[in-house]
Amino acid sequence: MAKIPVQFRLNGTDRAAFVDAPETLLNTLRRSLGDFAPKYGCGQGACGVCTVLIDGEPHLSCLTLSVACEGRQVETASGMADGPELHPLQAQFMEHFAAQCGFCTPGMLTAARALLDRNPNPTRDEVIEAISGNICRCTGYEPIVAAILAAAGSPGLRRA
Amino acid sequence: MLELRKDLFADERDDNLNVIGKGIQRQDMPGHVTGLTRYFDDHAFDGMLHLKVVRSPHASARIRSIDIAAAARAPGVKRVLRAADVPVNKNTLLSLINFGKDDEPSLAVDQVHYKGEPVVAIIAETEAQALAAKKLVRIDYEPMPAVFDVEEALKPGAPVVNETYPANYFEYHERFDHQKLRFGDVERAFASADMVLEHRYQMSPIEHAPTETNGSIAAPEQNGRFVVHSCAQGLFFALGTAAKIVAVESNRLHFIGGTVGGGFGGKVDSLTEPLAVLGAMVTGRPVRFVLDREEEMLYGSPRGAERIYIKDGLMRDGRIVARQIRSYFDAGAYTRLSSYAAIKCTAHLPGPYWIPNVSSDVHVAYTNRCPSTAMRGFGITAVDFALEVQMDRLAEAAGMDPMEFRILNAYRDGDMKPHRRKASNTALIECVQVAAGKANWPISEQGKRQSSLTGGGAGERAQIPATVLDARGQIGRPDTRQSGPTQTLPAGTSRIAPSKQPVMEGARDGRAAPTQVPRYEPARTATQPLAPAAYAPPPSPYQPVAGRQPPPYQPPPAPPSPAPAPATQTQHGAVRFSSVFGRRR
Amino acid sequence: MLDVRSCTTLSEAAGILSGDRQAVLIGGGTLVMRDVNEGRLTEGTLLRVTDPAFRRIEAGGGRIELGAGVTMGMILANRELAFLHPAARAIGGPAVRNMASVGGNLFAPAPYGDFTVALLALDAQVVLQAGFGSGRATPLEEFLAARERSGSALVTSVQFSRPANPGDFHFRKISRVKPKGISVLSIAAHLPLAGGRVAQARVAYGAMAPTPIRARGVERALEGKSLDAAAIAAAKTGALEGCRPATDAIASEWYRREVLPVHLGRLLAGEPR
Repeated sequence: MAKIPVQFRLNGTDRAAFVDAPETLLNTLRRSLGDFAPKYGCGQGACGVCTVLIDGEPHLSCLTLSVACEGRQVETASGMADGPELHPLQAQFMEHFAAQCGFCTPGMLTAARALLDRNPNPTRDEVIEAISGNICRCTGYEPIVAAILAAAGSPGLRRA
Repeated sequence: MLELRKDLFADERDDNLNVIGKGIQRQDMPGHVTGLTRYFDDHAFDGMLHLKVVRSPHASARIRSIDIAAAARAPGVKRVLRAADVPVNKNTLLSLINFGKDDEPSLAVDQVHYKGEPVVAIIAETEAQALAAKKLVRIDYEPMPAVFDVEEALKPGAPVVNETYPANYFEYHERFDHQKLRFGDVERAFASADMVLEHRYQMSPIEHAPTETNGSIAAPEQNGRFVVHSCAQGLFFALGTAAKIVAVESNRLHFIGGTVGGGFGGKVDSLTEPLAVLGAMVTGRPVRFVLDREEEMLYGSPRGAERIYIKDGLMRDGRIVARQIRSYFDAGAYTRLSSYAAIKCTAHLPGPYWIPNVSSDVHVAYTNRCPSTAMRGFGITAVDFALEVQMDRLAEAAGMDPMEFRILNAYRDGDMKPHRRKASNTALIECVQVAAGKANWPISEQGKRQSSLTGGGAGERAQIPATVLDARGQIGRPDTRQSGPTQTLPAGTSRIAPSKQPVMEGARDGRAAPTQVPRYEPARTATQPLAPAAYAPPPSPYQPVAGRQPPPYQPPPAPPSPAPAPATQTQHGAVRFSSVFGRRR
Repeated sequence: MLDVRSCTTLSEAAGILSGDRQAVLIGGGTLVMRDVNEGRLTEGTLLRVTDPAFRRIEAGGGRIELGAGVTMGMILANRELAFLHPAARAIGGPAVRNMASVGGNLFAPAPYGDFTVALLALDAQVVLQAGFGSGRATPLEEFLAARERSGSALVTSVQFSRPANPGDFHFRKISRVKPKGISVLSIAAHLPLAGGRVAQARVAYGAMAPTPIRARGVERALEGKSLDAAAIAAAKTGALEGCRPATDAIASEWYRREVLPVHLGRLLAGEPR
């Protein structure tokens, strides 16, 4: 079956790929564009490790058709740091030991970023709600929540 | 948060430590937060193929025929693998350390023994093509009787789960159908105990559910080698297993891994590496084999379910004088690591308590369920849960506070364990004291003064008692399962010398030829009759305050219960409380 | 192999859907893409609808219409739909809510489909379009009873009346994981009061049968009564009428039957979960 050309902006850069019709955004990001930050965890929308931002809102890339992303803005955890300078969330995740195996971390960071972009000073309950679709099986939720709360309100947050 | 109690055992420790107690950044953390950490699947290969397996829909069935013709012709399909394509299609994980017999095929040959067992592997250009081709494989099954209960599986005449172990149990030391522990004389102690309590504990299988599912990518390298990106927790274990199954020298496999997206024990089984390597060998292309979430949940091996019976002899003053344990590990259809789990379990008994008479029989039973494996303290966690629930019940029966009850019965340094090793570095008493403090749980002044460092190893507590032996549970001899004591080892015996005499006379279950195996042949001393001599339990260094009776336990409404547990025979004169037989009487 | 087709109008999608047995409508993807990823759906055509009408919300007046492609996130962003926010927030985490659609929720198998439970207690109508004809409104309960067989019609929207008093509308999802988990069960109740007495009670359950169902025994027990202890006790007695809950990974049939009356009683009494 013929491949379909798709173009979208990935972490601020225009990218293009030829995809199979039912191909997921997750597979396009990982196999065609080399962005391995979003992971495959379930293919069902249950775990959140594939979370990316589409036009600023969190979406599950394993359930999103690549052809539906034509012309949109896609952001992943790979685009959070500004060169060597970490995003405040990344710095606080390091500081708070908010990763164990690290597999859920890109999705967690992306879900947290979606929250802080909209609400720079969330409550603890709002943080918990924001990552409620992301599973950390190493059971590290407390340090993750602490890291997000610590990153909230920090001056570097609104960096484009 | 973390609190180091350096006041405890201060003189046993060097405090000039460079790492422990200090906050040090992990070297892998920058990779985790930037998304740069590379897991097995984070590697791109040009021309990578995808492998998917067709799994058995039956818990037990004969395979009459397999037709792969349509699947082999399907779009994108490069190769369809069947059992005959696997060079060494029978393995057991611990064969790398010569423990147990090869019992599990990579692809089922002519029978399937659990729902989800791999039968056919399809290698295609895309995952979608491999998934579509799976539907074209035609397998004609003849369903067979299955057994799902550990004790049912061990009964004579039960359906055979695993042909390698036709009586549905793992064989220990080529002699027994279970793992044994004997210390002292539990029957004599039960007879003179004030109370005997027996309860049954049933665990469920638990799935590790790592966020990264099991998988691997194998790709041809130069010089006839293959590079394998693997999720394995034990990388060289997976390498050895893959090399054996695909029959290549291990130096032709270049395994890369160690960065695991959650393992918890569920990534030691080499579930994907052998077929991925085989796929790369037969296609000459990189092959990726990753379980999807449903496969991970349903067919990734879980923590094995255990059924545990604990019978304790208890004195009114709270001392436990005997503990007898009968436990059944549900291995599922194949051994994997259950054989080792039973050994770990046995080594852990009777829990962190000094009990002068201990006996345990830990069985590994095969059932038509997904094979079970390692998981976070496997062999220990479930039996610890059972033991600690039992401890609460004993405390209630003795009218004692459960914390004080544990302090009373705790191991102390110098106490003899049933494995004939002296306990050292014991710390249960201190753990209980600290936990009670944190929970604002009042314990007596006397309880607070107790220490693991004192009172242990006094008198009888340091001795190996005269120990009653039996020949119960010989391989291939279901008639020996209930047999009585054969002899008594003199007090102080720590080792039985091995001998070379055959243990099993006659055919194994009437099917196989007589087996000549070495046995451990102890000296034939005269069997001591089970004299109902009064058993005087040794004193404890700690006499608790009596009279603290916790409120009576109110059971919640019971869900519909499964089939009742089979009754076991017990005769003794003491009051008995038993969940096996019903209520107190 | 699977193909994907984008339809710019609802009529185009409806036409293809009624003419092609292998065509499947894809809304947010949370149901269909799972089947694709797991290999259950390997042949046919996935239909995307890009018609703006598919994602339109009309909530200005007393009659509300939600396009089938409206997401839970869109509902949560709409202040006029505040009474539906607890039900919309019950669906997944934030990412799922940005994808999961009203139309898709109508097809979610138990124990999923909590938003549909709310719609059932609102006496919603499902607007179906078969072929190139115009839409036809069907009561939701009727639609659910036949949903496995109604694959050829396109769900374009759902319609319902705004509760006169939003405080009369209640929704609870009971799950074992906090703050979010799959339903043990969910309960929606619309209990309008006339002169202090319940009139036209509508109570619905999720995860208590293969599809969301109306709790007719509860509705009868409450009709014409004031919400006092006696009425609540009577409602609890009739709570399980028509229930056929499943045993699944979340809860056993026994457990669901045990806890439903408890949670129903708390909801009716205005007590916390």
